[in-house]
Amino acid sequence: MTIIDKTADVPAPRGSTENSGPLLDVRDLHVEFKTRDGVVKAVNGVNYSVSAGETLAVLGESGSGKSVTAQAIMGILDMPPGRIPQGEILFRGEDMLTMGYEERRKIRGQKIAMIFQDALSSLNPVLTVGYQLAEMFRVHQGLSKKDAKAKAIDLMDRVRIPAAKERVNDYPHQFSGGMRQRIMIAMALALEPDLIIADEPTTALDVTVQAQVMDLLAELQREYNMGLILITHDLGVVADVADKIAVMYAGRIVETAPVHELYKRPAHPYTRGLLDSIPRLDQKGQELYAIKGLPPNLLKIPTGCAFNPRCPKAQDICRTDVPPLLSVTERDGGELPGRHSACHFWKEQIHG
Amino acid sequence: MGRYVIRRLLQMIPVFFGATLLIFLMVNVMGDPVAGLCGDRECDPATAARLRAEFGLDQPVWQQYATYMGNVFSGDFGTAFNGQRVTELMAGAFPVTIRLTLVAIVFEIVIGISLGVLTGLRRGRPVDTGVLLMTLVVISIPTFVTGLLLQLLLGVKWGLVKPAVSSAATVDELLVPGLVLASVSLAYVTRLTRTSVAENSRADYVRTAVAKGLPRRRVVSRHLLRNSLIPVVTFIGTDVGALMGGAIVTERIFNIHGVGYQLYQGILRQSSQTVVGFVTVLVLVFLLANLLVDILYAVLDPRIRYA
Repeated sequence: MTIIDKTADVPAPRGSTENSGPLLDVRDLHVEFKTRDGVVKAVNGVNYSVSAGETLAVLGESGSGKSVTAQAIMGILDMPPGRIPQGEILFRGEDMLTMGYEERRKIRGQKIAMIFQDALSSLNPVLTVGYQLAEMFRVHQGLSKKDAKAKAIDLMDRVRIPAAKERVNDYPHQFSGGMRQRIMIAMALALEPDLIIADEPTTALDVTVQAQVMDLLAELQREYNMGLILITHDLGVVADVADKIAVMYAGRIVETAPVHELYKRPAHPYTRGLLDSIPRLDQKGQELYAIKGLPPNLLKIPTGCAFNPRCPKAQDICRTDVPPLLSVTERDGGELPGRHSACHFWKEQIHG
Repeated sequence: MGRYVIRRLLQMIPVFFGATLLIFLMVNVMGDPVAGLCGDRECDPATAARLRAEFGLDQPVWQQYATYMGNVFSGDFGTAFNGQRVTELMAGAFPVTIRLTLVAIVFEIVIGISLGVLTGLRRGRPVDTGVLLMTLVVISIPTFVTGLLLQLLLGVKWGLVKPAVSSAATVDELLVPGLVLASVSLAYVTRLTRTSVAENSRADYVRTAVAKGLPRRRVVSRHLLRNSLIPVVTFIGTDVGALMGGAIVTERIFNIHGVGYQLYQGILRQSSQTVVGFVTVLVLVFLLANLLVDILYAVLDPRIRYA
């Protein structure tokens, strides 16, 4: 996989003249689901932002709230049972949660697009891929059937689907897994959105195809200068493409950091645990490390730090006080831009 | 596809012969056909013997069957005991029943699917619960009760419609009988559509369609419905056969001279020629309807390919 150097000067985001803030700014977002057994608190105060041309990787176990956050941003949560009791989702400075249905619908697909995990079930099985791609142009731009289809073929070429012209009338099940995911990417790219949310785009693919798909995604992102939120639990994927990382646990962000710093010096015991559980070639034959215990039950999140029952360094304060997301600094107090940790003992973790 | 259709048509041949043979034997077991000819009185033995010889009833059953099938293939379904040709009875009865079936199917599609989509999209809400309850009531009440009740209320008490259908059996006369005939299937179509829509509305591709920024209308009509209607089409297709033959009760209530009425008369008067002839045609209708459903299935769902 290629490492893309995004520190090189990034062109100004498209249409950024009106405001210079981040493209997307999620502030103190809460999402809960009413179920028969009680209220499931899936997201509990998430803050993150993405600028044009930037890639934010959201990392976390299943059930940590990373996908729910993304669905809340897209406005595709099932409501009810879902509910957003608190928080703001600012897109170009405007709160999407207060917008009307039509207004939000026009943002979906046009300004913010989403790539889903399982392309086979996420594409409609009874419609041709050409139809599903062309639909974007027909609905949002009012193109004729013929023009939209021509555009769909162009798109399929862009994501390097061989013989696009012949395959445009094929159905999703007639494509291989990698090709299907390319179609999903093409669909998200169709209207050149400002922001793409990719929800575990490579999880359902085998490793060689994973690399191809990620490369393609990174390349297109650079070309269009889009913001990208990459949701994943694969630390390998993150290292290659992300600019910054947000680690989620039990619906909260527990650590944020620029990508390489996180790998070098994690400031939260959970991140440390995640990094330690990556199998390493030089430790062949030894037992694999795993974080002990299970992810918390979202109906009954532990008091204090949600990670405390599984944390090897937990103290009394961890069981009573919720640690806020604090800025992380160097030992001498020097600033570490973009670094935050929600651990009472971040100092010991990062410097110890 | 062509080869598949040919294979299916060939498969129909043994089914056709098996079904007709069964009906033929069952009608023979029903009792002495000649006995019914003389009404309530016992037939004079000489007359009975003459009639038996005339209709070939003195021959062994297998020979009767062979003769009958030979005649059927030359387009001769025989003569009913009242002297009318069975083909004539069919020519009178089938158009009426086909009209009635069409009316019933239209009711099933329009009302059943609309209610199903409505409740499927609003599951758990009062509309959903109300319609579900209604379907349960309709399913549990026998057709002759709903039929007689509607006839009494709409036809006799309020005088909104004519209580009995004339021999012309025009479509507007058949509206109420059609609704009665469709009622139970309609309730099933509603429930089937509801379940299917409710299940598919949680599908990933519907979420994708919403995420694409499509208007809600388009999400439902293009993405959700297309997938949800596949099982419903199957049900309605097979129901065509059932409605054609199963209209005996409805046709009796509203005095419609269709297939059900002729079958009823045939059974009552032990006219085996009528019964066997009509049922043979119904078997064919059933087989063709099934084939049509299977072909339609492949049209609706591209993942199904017949070779």
